[in-house]
Amino acid sequence: MIDKLLISLVFSIAICGFDVGATEVGDVSRGLKVFKKCTSCHAISPDARKRVGPALINIVNAPAGQVGEYKYSKALRAAAANGLHWTPEALDLFLKKPKAFLPKTKMSFRGLKKPADRTDVIAYLATFSTVETAAKPGAGFEISADILSIAGDIEYGEYLSSECTTCHQMNGASDAIPNITGWPADDFVTAMHAYREKYRSHPVMQMISGRLSNDEIAALAAYYSSLKK
Amino acid sequence: MALDRRKFLGNTIAVAATLAAPMVKAGSHGKPRVVVVGGGAGGATAARYLAKDSKGALDVTLIEPTRTYYTCFFSNLYLGGVKDISDIGHSYGRLAARGINVVHDWAIGVDRDTKTVSLAGGGAVSYDKLILSPGIDFVDGAVDGWSLETQNAMPHAYKAGSQSELLKAQLTAMPQGGVYAMVAPPNPYRCPPGPYERVSMVAHYLKANNPTAKIIIADPKPKFSKMALFQEGWANHYDGMIDWIGSEFGGDNVSVDAAAMNITIDGEVTKVDVCNVIPAMKAGRIAELAGVTDGNWAPVHAASMSSKADPDVYILGDASSQGDMPKSGFSANSQAKVCANAVRGDLTGSKVFPAKFSNTCWSLIGTNDGVKVGATYKATAEKIAKVDGFISKTGESADIRKATYEESEGWYTGITTDMFS
Repeated sequence: MIDKLLISLVFSIAICGFDVGATEVGDVSRGLKVFKKCTSCHAISPDARKRVGPALINIVNAPAGQVGEYKYSKALRAAAANGLHWTPEALDLFLKKPKAFLPKTKMSFRGLKKPADRTDVIAYLATFSTVETAAKPGAGFEISADILSIAGDIEYGEYLSSECTTCHQMNGASDAIPNITGWPADDFVTAMHAYREKYRSHPVMQMISGRLSNDEIAALAAYYSSLKK
Repeated sequence: MALDRRKFLGNTIAVAATLAAPMVKAGSHGKPRVVVVGGGAGGATAARYLAKDSKGALDVTLIEPTRTYYTCFFSNLYLGGVKDISDIGHSYGRLAARGINVVHDWAIGVDRDTKTVSLAGGGAVSYDKLILSPGIDFVDGAVDGWSLETQNAMPHAYKAGSQSELLKAQLTAMPQGGVYAMVAPPNPYRCPPGPYERVSMVAHYLKANNPTAKIIIADPKPKFSKMALFQEGWANHYDGMIDWIGSEFGGDNVSVDAAAMNITIDGEVTKVDVCNVIPAMKAGRIAELAGVTDGNWAPVHAASMSSKADPDVYILGDASSQGDMPKSGFSANSQAKVCANAVRGDLTGSKVFPAKFSNTCWSLIGTNDGVKVGATYKATAEKIAKVDGFISKTGESADIRKATYEESEGWYTGITTDMFS
């Protein structure tokens, strides 16, 4: 009982903490300052070469993993093959906590906690990107606050999770199949709806999410977010 | 009343079993008893979920003859030299540590009246619920000239382990320019893309070690799983090496001669160096002995995987006849969780949730050239019915194929963790 109360508390905090910063217009000059945190590994000029990480030219709204000379992690290559595009929304999630968005990414950066920092640095990155916004698939994927506010049934989520564990290991390990244990509920719900709406392109996940109801997705999110990483 | 009788019988038989076979624990503590026969993708998963989710409320016994279980899935990758045999072997230590009573013995009979399973090593185990997940056996006389007596000369390697090692040894011993023949099975059978992934992996090995060798497949079917993907891959990687003879070209008219190492396809005799005969299949024999089969397979209710012949017996995986799901390790694992949920609900009153099933089969065609097919399913009154599915496309980029293969490796770790941890 106390467990459930605690978990639902955590859940509601997670919802309150959900930010839509990425859809706001960022401050490019502030973004330049934030980007200083990135420059030890990333170059960003039209003729930039790779450093520890790839040069960040034409990144925003482009397919992931496309900087030719850079040798990406297996995790990023898998995500790219499954259709990951660096939309502002995806970049926002990635930059918030890179290892949570893409476990086993080579990027050893802890993340930008402040939504404004992310919005601004993405705006700055966008000034070095010429990819047409209109060309990205399913641009502007968003889910409503109503869906995010559905309280999930943890017990049902635990049962449903047995379908996930055939591929996703519970112990937090990931091996070309990402870890989902301990994922924040809002990220979980957003990702599952993105698959269901065919915004994210992985066929297995589109199929699995395609027959889950909003309540079932909420139940899974509640269960997985209740687990320790 | 029924409970008293059961308890009485359970105690008597368990005591007898303890005397005859010390491995079998006495079930004198009054917990409901679930016996699982077969420790593969269906049985190991069911036992694990029952033990894990009941938190000690159930007495779970798993009967499995082998101490090291070799998964059929990925055994083709062992043949192709992509994996070692040790990569596909798993032990039951961690299931035993969960409190599951793991008994390494053959189940040789089921008495559904007294609710007992008898063991080859002597003794018997009593159950309140019995889960049979015995995999497959072969239909007698399915391939003219082949029988279990000739299975070492002409291995099936369709139960992984020593048969896989035997086939691999024969493959590596092939003379330069030799012939590898496969007799493919008729539907339905375990792992629909399996024979064709195997041919791909055999070709992968031969291309590097014996490039003038040939592969012939005699197939009783006019088409097969992922056919377009395999044929595209064979043309890309192994052009001219593989000759598939479907039923329209006489592939359904086959006999073999193990002494002469000949295969006769539609009247034409060919001398071969390896003959991999995969005969028609049926449910593992214990299902037949338990009297729950109808024809070659054991019909079940889709919502719980319970036998149509007995509500206290459940059949998982390849042995079951359930509707639209292919016979695969993934399917068995998926069915096991639905079954465990239903069995636990019946015995402990825990909440029973609606059945959901899914399956994905990955196949490796060549180095980093992975493809997949999958679907989701639901339980209807008649059967497990397909809801939605997908398949890899021909002409996909090398990046996608590589990611698909890497994903299959991730899945292998995932499912074996889900079975044995």
